[in-house]
Amino acid sequence: MNFNDKNYKLSVQLDKIHLRNPTMLASGILGISQSIFERLYDENIGAVVTKSISVNPMKGYPNPTIIPLGGGSYLNAVGLSNPGVAAFSKELSENRNIPIMISLVGSSEKEFSKMVKVFDSLKIIGYEINLSCPHVSKMGMELGDDPEAVNKIVRAVRINTNKPISVKVGVGSIDVVELARVAIEAGANIITAINTLRAMSIDIETMMPVLSNLIGGLSGNAIKPIGIRCVYEISKKLQVPVIGCGGVSSWQDVIEYMIAGASAVQIGSILGSSGLKIFTHITKDLKKYVEKKGLRNISELIGIAHKYQ
Amino acid sequence: MRTNINKRRIVQIEETIAETPTVKTLVFKDSLSYSAKPGQFLMIWIPRIEEIPMSVMINSKEGYAAVTIRKFGFGSTALFERKKGDLIGLRGPYGKKFTIRKNCKKILIIGGGTGLVPLLRLVSYISKKKIKSTIVMGARTKEEVFFEKLTRKIIDETGSLLIVCTDDGSYGIKGSTVSVMSKLVRDDTFDCVYTCGPELMMKGVVELSNQNSLPVQASLERYMKCGIGICGSCCLDSSLVCQDGTVFNEKQLSTMLDFGISYRDKDGRKVNYA
Repeated sequence: MNFNDKNYKLSVQLDKIHLRNPTMLASGILGISQSIFERLYDENIGAVVTKSISVNPMKGYPNPTIIPLGGGSYLNAVGLSNPGVAAFSKELSENRNIPIMISLVGSSEKEFSKMVKVFDSLKIIGYEINLSCPHVSKMGMELGDDPEAVNKIVRAVRINTNKPISVKVGVGSIDVVELARVAIEAGANIITAINTLRAMSIDIETMMPVLSNLIGGLSGNAIKPIGIRCVYEISKKLQVPVIGCGGVSSWQDVIEYMIAGASAVQIGSILGSSGLKIFTHITKDLKKYVEKKGLRNISELIGIAHKYQ
Repeated sequence: MRTNINKRRIVQIEETIAETPTVKTLVFKDSLSYSAKPGQFLMIWIPRIEEIPMSVMINSKEGYAAVTIRKFGFGSTALFERKKGDLIGLRGPYGKKFTIRKNCKKILIIGGGTGLVPLLRLVSYISKKKIKSTIVMGARTKEEVFFEKLTRKIIDETGSLLIVCTDDGSYGIKGSTVSVMSKLVRDDTFDCVYTCGPELMMKGVVELSNQNSLPVQASLERYMKCGIGICGSCCLDSSLVCQDGTVFNEKQLSTMLDFGISYRDKDGRKVNYA
C-alpha cells in the first residue's frame, strides 16, 4: 500500500481485511439484498455487514418494531427477521466485488457450524457473530452473557473457516472487556462494539408500551458515548482490532471512534434520516480532515486516546 | 420550527365509512396528513396489535384526512375493525409523491381497488389546476366498486371523465382496466399516466404506457417495518419503496427486475406473484 497515493488516505486494515475506507454498514440495517449492497458500494461504503442470519428463516416480531424517538435515537425490537441460510446464500451467490461480512445469529454452536459450512464458499470478507442482540430469547445477549457459550460458539465458527471473525459484543451483565477477551482467546480476530442497549418506550396517551415485544434495543445518538467508552477500553486493554458501532451520524463521530481505538466504524440508525448518500458525504469529509491534519493515512488516528492517563 | 413527522400523534377515529363489506374508511383530524402529497403514506399504529403503512385518503373537511383499508391480513383486519372513538397512532407522511410536469394538460389515471386512494388525492389536487383527467376505476364485480360517487363529486364541472369497469361486467364496462386503457390511448392523447392498484395490473399499465411512449408513474406497495429507510424490508431491486418511492417513474420502473414478478416476505425471502 502506498500511503502517499491520495486514494489510500482512507484505507484501513482489519486483521486480514483491507478496506478502502473505514465506513461500514451496521448489521440489522437494510442488509438482505445484494442489489442494495451494490448501491451502498456505489455510495462509497467501505464494507457492508448483513442482517444477522439464522439457520432457518425468521419472521421477527409484529410491528411496531422500529420507533424513531427523536433527537437521532431509535428503539427497535425487530426480532432478528431474516431469510435464513438457504435463501441468503442464494442472494449473495452473484457477489463479485462487494466487501460483505455476514452476521450470524443462532442458539447453539451446531447452528453456527452449519451456517459457516454453507457460507464459506461465497465471496465474503468474513463473519460477525452476533452475541449481543438484547431482545430475542436464547440468542444474542443471552449467549453473550455466558462466557462458556461464547467460547464454544466462537470455536465452532473458527474450526470451519479461515476467514476473519468479528464478535459483536454489547453492554450486558458481564464486563464488555472480559467478554471480548473470551472471544479473542477462542479464536476471534476482531471485536465489534457495541450493540443496542435494552430499552423501552411507553405511549402516554394510550398508556401502552409501543414495541410489540415491549422491550427492545436503543440505538443512535443516545448511545454514542457508551460505544466510545467500550471501544476505548477493549482496544486499549486487549490490543485487538475493534470495529466501533453506536450512534455514528457524522464524519466527526467516525474520527472520534477511531481516536478511541476503532479501526473501522459501523453506521446504521442515521440512515433513517440521511438516506444512503451519507456514506459518500462522510468519506468525502473524512478525507478533508485527514488532509487538514496532515496525516498520511487515517489509520494514524487509531487509539490516539490510549496515551492519556 | 419544522414539524417532526416521525413524532407519533395519537388521533381519535371520528367517523367510519363502510365502502364495501370488506373496505372501510376511517376519518381523523391531523394537519400533517391533511396536507400529505399524493402518493405519500402514513405508518398507522393499532395499539398493541400492529403498525402498517397506509396511503393517505382525502377528506372533505379542512384539517382532516383518512385511511381506506381492505380487510386482508392480520394488521389490516385489526384496523378495519376499529370503531368511531378508537385511538390510533400516526407517523409520517413519508415517501415521494406523484409529480406533474409543466405544460401537462391531460392525464390518464388507472386505479384498482384501494389503489384509488393516492390517485384520488392526485385528482383532488389537479382539479384546482385546470388539468383534465380520464379516470379508469376497476373492480372485479359491482359489489367491489367504491369511491365512484366521491370521484364524480371531485371532478364535477372540471371536464374530466370517469370510466368504471368490472371484470365480470356486472357494472360499467366489462373488462380490465388495462383493456379499457388500450382503447383510450389509441383514440385519445395523454401527457402522462398515473397508476396504483394490484401490482400485476400496474405492470400491465406500465407496459402499455411504454409501448405508447407515454410517461408513467406508479405508486408501489411492499411490506414495511420502519417506513424511513432503516429496515430494508421494502427493498425492490436497489430501491427502497418507503424512501425512494412509493411513486416511481417509467425510467426507475424499467430498471426494476422484480417489479410485477416478486416481493419480499416478512422474513426477507422473495415470493413470486401468482
